[in-house]
Amino acid sequence: MSIILYAESAEGKFKKVALELASYAKKVAASLGTTVTAVTINIEDVSELSKYGVDKILKVTDAKLAGFTAKAYADVIKQAVEKESAKLVLLSSTTDSLYLAPLVAVTLDAGFASNVVGLPVSLSPFQVKRTAFSNKAFNTTEISTAVKVLSLSKNSYGIFENASTATEEVFSPVISDADFGIKIESLEKASGKVTIADADIVVSAGRGLKGPENWGMIEDLASVLGAATACSKPVSDLGWRPHGEHVGQTGKPVSTNLYIAIGISGAIQHIAGINASKVKVVINTDPEAPFFKVADYGVVGDAFEIVPKLIEKFRAFKSQNS
Amino acid sequence: MKILVCISHVPDTTSKINFINDDSQFDTNGVQFVINPNDEFGLTRAIWFQEQQGATVTVVNVGGPETEPTLRKALAIGANEAIRIHANPTDGFFVAKQLAEVIKAGGYDLIIAGKESLDYNGGMVPGMIAGILGYNFLNSCVAITVERTSIKAAREIDGGKETVSTTFPLIIGGQKGLVEEKDLRIPNMRGIMTARTKTLTILEPIDAPSETKAVKFEKPAPKSAVKLISADNLDELINLLHNEAKVI
Repeated sequence: MSIILYAESAEGKFKKVALELASYAKKVAASLGTTVTAVTINIEDVSELSKYGVDKILKVTDAKLAGFTAKAYADVIKQAVEKESAKLVLLSSTTDSLYLAPLVAVTLDAGFASNVVGLPVSLSPFQVKRTAFSNKAFNTTEISTAVKVLSLSKNSYGIFENASTATEEVFSPVISDADFGIKIESLEKASGKVTIADADIVVSAGRGLKGPENWGMIEDLASVLGAATACSKPVSDLGWRPHGEHVGQTGKPVSTNLYIAIGISGAIQHIAGINASKVKVVINTDPEAPFFKVADYGVVGDAFEIVPKLIEKFRAFKSQNS
Repeated sequence: MKILVCISHVPDTTSKINFINDDSQFDTNGVQFVINPNDEFGLTRAIWFQEQQGATVTVVNVGGPETEPTLRKALAIGANEAIRIHANPTDGFFVAKQLAEVIKAGGYDLIIAGKESLDYNGGMVPGMIAGILGYNFLNSCVAITVERTSIKAAREIDGGKETVSTTFPLIIGGQKGLVEEKDLRIPNMRGIMTARTKTLTILEPIDAPSETKAVKFEKPAPKSAVKLISADNLDELINLLHNEAKVI
């Protein structure tokens, strides 16, 4: 039952989720007594993967795959799985991988489980734990097909070094023109900004900030911490911040190491979206705000006084500890 | 333009989540069910196509008779007709197979589903339908316009937005952005009255296997109480984040 993972990259570098996926694959492979093969697309230097236990790398290089086209990428992964006779296919939970996963699963007649957290609960029958009901519950899912596809929740396993000697092999799957029914016209991406999906720390603010003109200090705090900025649903509905920043049940899910909520009361839908984050800090004037019930650390007080002080203190901390 | 909107019948976002029968089943007792929010954005976008470009809008759901009020609500919002596939939606693949069958028979140009349902969060049905039928597929779709046969659409990507062009038949996994929250329609009295006389067809399911099975549910362990830090002692917060939580 060999394992294949798709090692996602951006700007020629593997994403952290790819390294987490490799660490996870290595652990599962050890309990199955098998090896880990990674598929990479248009990456020159793939050596980093061998630090995390990958045994074999199928290097795909093709100009047609320069932009992310889900169907074509799914086709590449499918052919790699068939070539290796792999039985377990691992993907991450980025927007692109979640787009790919059902396409990969259906072409392989494979059962698929998304939002997987932690190692399989059982290998035979094959059962995994995943989040459901928007993080308000866990669900153990059994997959009964011969080939299985999992997408692993970000930050649910961790990155562990495990040196191996990975063999590199050039892999040239057949890519059909029929895979390009969706044509990329343009891409809008804020450059040099940490995205919510990649961030280890997210600084999020709500209506307590009183108006969009007060977000300067939130951005400053995020920049000191190397964090992404986010906001609550009312703030995005009011147009104070772009939709892409809305986190919560109907917005983006956040599963980061540290989530700092400023002036957010903590409606159940908001909490559901961010609950997978490891450590939660709340800053709010109202000690009765529901967010205090789910937070690890809380400060009762006025954000307009606390945040500027925090920026200074974090800056001092960073300069001492870097 | 023929549009099919796939509707999931899910617990309201404020519902308390509990399980019964040895934690194998969701406890529907006292739970209010609604149109899955991601589907609702798609439904409103479909109604705009109907009003502005003369599209017909069919809504479909895989479920038992208890899901019919949700379909009636979609009809009251403005859908032309509804289909209920009479089956227990056991897993994403089973549901995708059922919907693919309806889509083949109905010859729809545009199929709108939510990118995920807020109960199981599987996020697989739209992609699987596309895989089964070989249709074009755009996930996390936040905008779509159609001019004759040329389609422009956008999908959310991590940290931005990608604009694409494509053609029918097309399946999208929709979300907020297709329309805004304030654009969502609430059924009015006239809509509710006319919904009663609109066609709701009940279809028997086709044979299809389930590939996965939800074995057990559990709720997260209760959280220990919050540690409060005085606003005058923020150094303590930094100390705790560094030494105790080890996240900075």
